[in-house]
Amino acid sequence: MNYVANPIAIAIFLTFVGFVLGMSFYYARKAKSAEGYFAAGGTIHWFVNGIAFAGDYLSAASFLGICGLIATMGYDGFLYSIGYLAGWIVALFVVAEPMKRLGKYTFTDALDAKFNSKGIQLMAAISTLAVSLFYLIPQMVGAGVLVTPLLGLPHWVGVIMVGAIVITIVATAGMTSTTYVQFLKGGLLIIFSTVISVMVLNKGLSTETRPETFVPRIIAASSVTTAATVEYHDQTFVKVVEDGLANWWIVEGDQLLEAQSKVVTASGETLYNGAPKADNKFKSVGHLTSLTDEEGNEITETGRVGIFKYFASIDRSEVVRYPKDNIAKFDDNGDHVKVFCPVVTKGSDLLVPGQKFKTKTPIGKLNFISLMLALFCGTASLPHILIRYYTVPSQRDARKSTIVAIASIGFFYVLTLFLGFGAMTLGVIDVESGNMSAPLLAKAFGIVLFSIISAIAFATVLGTVSGLIVAASGAVAHDLMDNYFAIKMTDTQKVKAGKLTAVVVGILAVGLGIAFKGMNVSFLVGWAFAVAASANLPSIIMLLFWPKTTAKGIAWSIGVGMVSALGIILTSPSMYAQYGLDKATALHTLDNPGIISIPLSFIVLIVASLMTQKDNEGLEYIG
Amino acid sequence: MLHEPAAKTEKDAASAWKAKLGIKLFWLYCIIYMGFVGIAVFSPETMKKPVLAGTNLAIVYGMALIIFAIILGLVYNHVCTKKEDELNGKAGEAK
Repeated sequence: MNYVANPIAIAIFLTFVGFVLGMSFYYARKAKSAEGYFAAGGTIHWFVNGIAFAGDYLSAASFLGICGLIATMGYDGFLYSIGYLAGWIVALFVVAEPMKRLGKYTFTDALDAKFNSKGIQLMAAISTLAVSLFYLIPQMVGAGVLVTPLLGLPHWVGVIMVGAIVITIVATAGMTSTTYVQFLKGGLLIIFSTVISVMVLNKGLSTETRPETFVPRIIAASSVTTAATVEYHDQTFVKVVEDGLANWWIVEGDQLLEAQSKVVTASGETLYNGAPKADNKFKSVGHLTSLTDEEGNEITETGRVGIFKYFASIDRSEVVRYPKDNIAKFDDNGDHVKVFCPVVTKGSDLLVPGQKFKTKTPIGKLNFISLMLALFCGTASLPHILIRYYTVPSQRDARKSTIVAIASIGFFYVLTLFLGFGAMTLGVIDVESGNMSAPLLAKAFGIVLFSIISAIAFATVLGTVSGLIVAASGAVAHDLMDNYFAIKMTDTQKVKAGKLTAVVVGILAVGLGIAFKGMNVSFLVGWAFAVAASANLPSIIMLLFWPKTTAKGIAWSIGVGMVSALGIILTSPSMYAQYGLDKATALHTLDNPGIISIPLSFIVLIVASLMTQKDNEGLEYIG
Repeated sequence: MLHEPAAKTEKDAASAWKAKLGIKLFWLYCIIYMGFVGIAVFSPETMKKPVLAGTNLAIVYGMALIIFAIILGLVYNHVCTKKEDELNGKAGEAK
């Protein structure tokens, strides 16, 4: 799609970012001490903290990733909503209060409260850094994805902008400003997502399309002369030249079905449906081909609908989609051709799991269970979520903020269904990147709404990246330098070390964000959850509930959990595809490591603890 | 010693009681969550069945899991706050 910057969009965006920066400087004065920098002085109100939790949690993965996945794959995207939210149950019922009771600035402190062990300090700090970095990459990629349609800037400019702003925020004010940025952004995201969802329901469903939407034509094969024919994976594609523009069509019997194409010519020029991008020949996609009422009569539109009628109507419709696994890639006389092929899918198939996560084979079932397990266990193990327990004054407040977080995040996750299916049926999806579906849906309702929602989404990235960088800088300055290496530092020096680390991690994140351009935003986040759940959760749970847990047990469990999860990920079929290798040659067929690495981490903890029981002599059980 | 909480905590007499309740509620939710995963994996066709105003089981069960988490959280908070007040006294709530 061709994105042109709009003055209103730029004005709204700059105002918002300016406001966020102003707020950051205002709160900078509160960050003089180490406690102020890393834990906002433990003074944040529980409601503010709860919404800030939501702000932290509803990252680019949720707003861009989940909505995009629902828009392109249907219900399977909603599985992430369900899993991410269910994870909060573990956080609330099992982890929240004990963590608050044990911790100081970082979750390493909580784990190490009983032992004061060098092994735990080192392993927990490394795992915090690893998970934070894993989580940072998709956020930075998301930033780049956002600025392209909003400001008409290239991807790398967006990544550097986020990096520069976040480094400024974190290096000036730490946790207090991060909390208020997250509060503002979390609140606005929920409010405006509600507005868009209500607009989707008001509009209802219709088989009539907007002029901006691509509706593939079907013509008789005999009616045109084809310029080239290519066979690709049991399908035949032909090149048809119309009005001097060459585009690719799919052969279906004696008919041709129009597709959209992106061609990089031998001379390096990129053509969209045969023309340069600026000509706007390449259109947004997604529409209904048929719609029936309760009695089975064909209708053209439903008009305004309620929540249940909306889904019941989708159930009776047929949707034209452009799934990623239906993109044909081949060469034609030195030109690299990518054809985005339309597929008609029954609405009833899109409202159940199965488009992305196939559960027909045993390995498919295992992958599905593994994903749902990692999502369930991951939330309570994310370092940037865990540090938020330390920003409120009491255990009761930690609990209350967790509940505010669950309620607001849960509400937002229900909305992802309307945002996703709204984008799918209203013809706003960019076939090249589903990540932009939610902001583009807003654009269908007006440029002002689009600008606001994009600015919020950008702030989402800013906020999440800030939180992650604070977590990472805490791991380095507090866990590694102060505790592990026992470098004697004054309070001021500690804050300085934290800020310096924040700058280094920020620059690293910018580099990674540029390097991983084009990677799916929700792709890495699911893995970050798996790594976090495998490395951190077993030690948290066992420390709290098994008196025989030892320091060595925890250190080994974190190490093995982290290495096994990363190992399975790096050798998985999906990663092989990322390397540009054949998926079939991957070392194993498991895409989600949780089902192996989480139990393994538990087992290692138990075995190592039982072998080192004498270390616990004289220590008091704190669970 | 480095390892003390940022905000000082007082002894919370309701702590053990809350932990036990938390674990019970966790298992309750866990079972319902496993039920969802089980149906999705082993009986995907069941997910297509309309159960509420023409809306299928997948949507209703998914939304219910989210709403149930919110309700469970509110109930837990209410009960815990009551117990804390009862065991610690209103003035001496777990800080």
